[in-house]
Amino acid sequence: MKNLRIIPRLDIKGPNLVKGIHFEGLRVVGKPESFARFYYENGADELLYMDAVASLYGRNSLLDIVKRTSEEIFIPLCVGGGLRSVDDIRKVLRAGADKVSINTAAIANPELIRDASHAFGSSTIVVSIEAIRQSDGRYECFTDYGREYSGVDAFDWARRAEDLGAGELLVTSIDREGTGTGFDLELTAKIASSVSIPVIAGGGAGSARHVVEVVETGMADAVCIASLFHYDTISRIAKADESAFAAEGNVEFLQGRRGTVSTTRVKEAGICAVKDELERAGIHTRRIPIPS
Amino acid sequence: MSAKPSNLRIAIVDYGLGNLFSVVNACGNAGIDAYITSSPAEILAAPAVILPGVGAFRDAMECLHRIDLVGPLRDYANSGKPLFGICLGQQLLFSESEEFGSTKGLDILKGTVRRFDNPRDERGRALKVPHVGWNLAVPPADRPDAWRGTPLEPHGREAMMYFVHSFFVVPDDPGAVLAMTTYGDQEFCSAVRNGGTYAFQFHPERSGTEGISFYRKVRDIISDNQNH
Repeated sequence: MKNLRIIPRLDIKGPNLVKGIHFEGLRVVGKPESFARFYYENGADELLYMDAVASLYGRNSLLDIVKRTSEEIFIPLCVGGGLRSVDDIRKVLRAGADKVSINTAAIANPELIRDASHAFGSSTIVVSIEAIRQSDGRYECFTDYGREYSGVDAFDWARRAEDLGAGELLVTSIDREGTGTGFDLELTAKIASSVSIPVIAGGGAGSARHVVEVVETGMADAVCIASLFHYDTISRIAKADESAFAAEGNVEFLQGRRGTVSTTRVKEAGICAVKDELERAGIHTRRIPIPS
Repeated sequence: MSAKPSNLRIAIVDYGLGNLFSVVNACGNAGIDAYITSSPAEILAAPAVILPGVGAFRDAMECLHRIDLVGPLRDYANSGKPLFGICLGQQLLFSESEEFGSTKGLDILKGTVRRFDNPRDERGRALKVPHVGWNLAVPPADRPDAWRGTPLEPHGREAMMYFVHSFFVVPDDPGAVLAMTTYGDQEFCSAVRNGGTYAFQFHPERSGTEGISFYRKVRDIISDNQNH
């Protein structure tokens, strides 16, 4: 039996869960711990925390949130954003993360993948590939949360990352990220078919149907989802837990629900709805009893 | 949450590989007072020991030799006190691994460690290695009650657990098999028991509420062992 993994992705800026489009125009969505707990109780198979500003400032502010999360949530937690060295990775793992995701520092210094997988085991090291399709059809890797062009070809880099010891690849289409227009199936399928390690597809989920597509056509082994789940969760936990929303920052639009769904094509869907759709397509998933 | 009797202070072996903090957190949630140690004396004196680990078999054995834990772990296992191997910790308990040629293990459990051999799904498509994700562990077909008195007892006849591995164990004694799991067209041993030594390929500490039930049962087993 192989059960497809559904991995909610939580982009974090300071104390807040944020979400953008193409990694830009980040808006506050709520408190990461509240969303993480909700996803845990509703059947998330793993969680991904991504520090949205760490690369920019060369720091990682996520450690406290990671520690609190890992003490009360017992599914695998992968953490990325701003990890520069084996020491940085060690700190995140000591805070309770089970895996780390690296992109910018690995492109700058590919040996980091080898060193880190040797120090912590391959299965702990997820190499994140954030790609933009070029006009000539090639895919280029971008670093620093989608801001910096690296000149590295995404397909070459995927194979190299595997050779260097990556345990999994997280493949995100920046073109599709936050848009809700569906995954980049070509990007995902080409990478998934060229490596023997699992590929997690990210960027573009706008409906449960898109998730089925990226598994069937994109050959993804796991799927990473942000907006689709966040917008669904906002409506479910907003009334129950006012404290889920940080009192500062760009939160007004949440209460009024202005500008969230209307700016993207994301339809709201929960983890259960996505897994139901996968099961209908004959794709197995892990199901747990959901609290009423 | 249950009280934490002080005599349940159990040792989690730190040999430099793997994230031990998830194990500590899950123990804490299940009412087990666990601490991380690499001291032979503390391990030998502990009422129960967990040997966790993530990474390569050969690196792990080199670490265990370097910090002089091979003898103490064997002596501890011979004492009959509860020993729990998890993931790489399970594999290390065995005689040898075929990772990088052949590497000798702790030889506490008899058998070998093998790699998945081109697993395929029901439609014949290649499955990825490592096997990463949630999968079912079930008791061996000929011994449906094998889980009684083990950490898997609360799960009835199947347990959905989180796996991350490329290798699995093949015990010499079929009677030592505690659970089997299927990945595509390959069936492998996912849990082992021999006396007080238990070993699991999956990560109960990352297996949600089912994993917490597992650790609560670990607590009960240690507690019972103390009282006898």
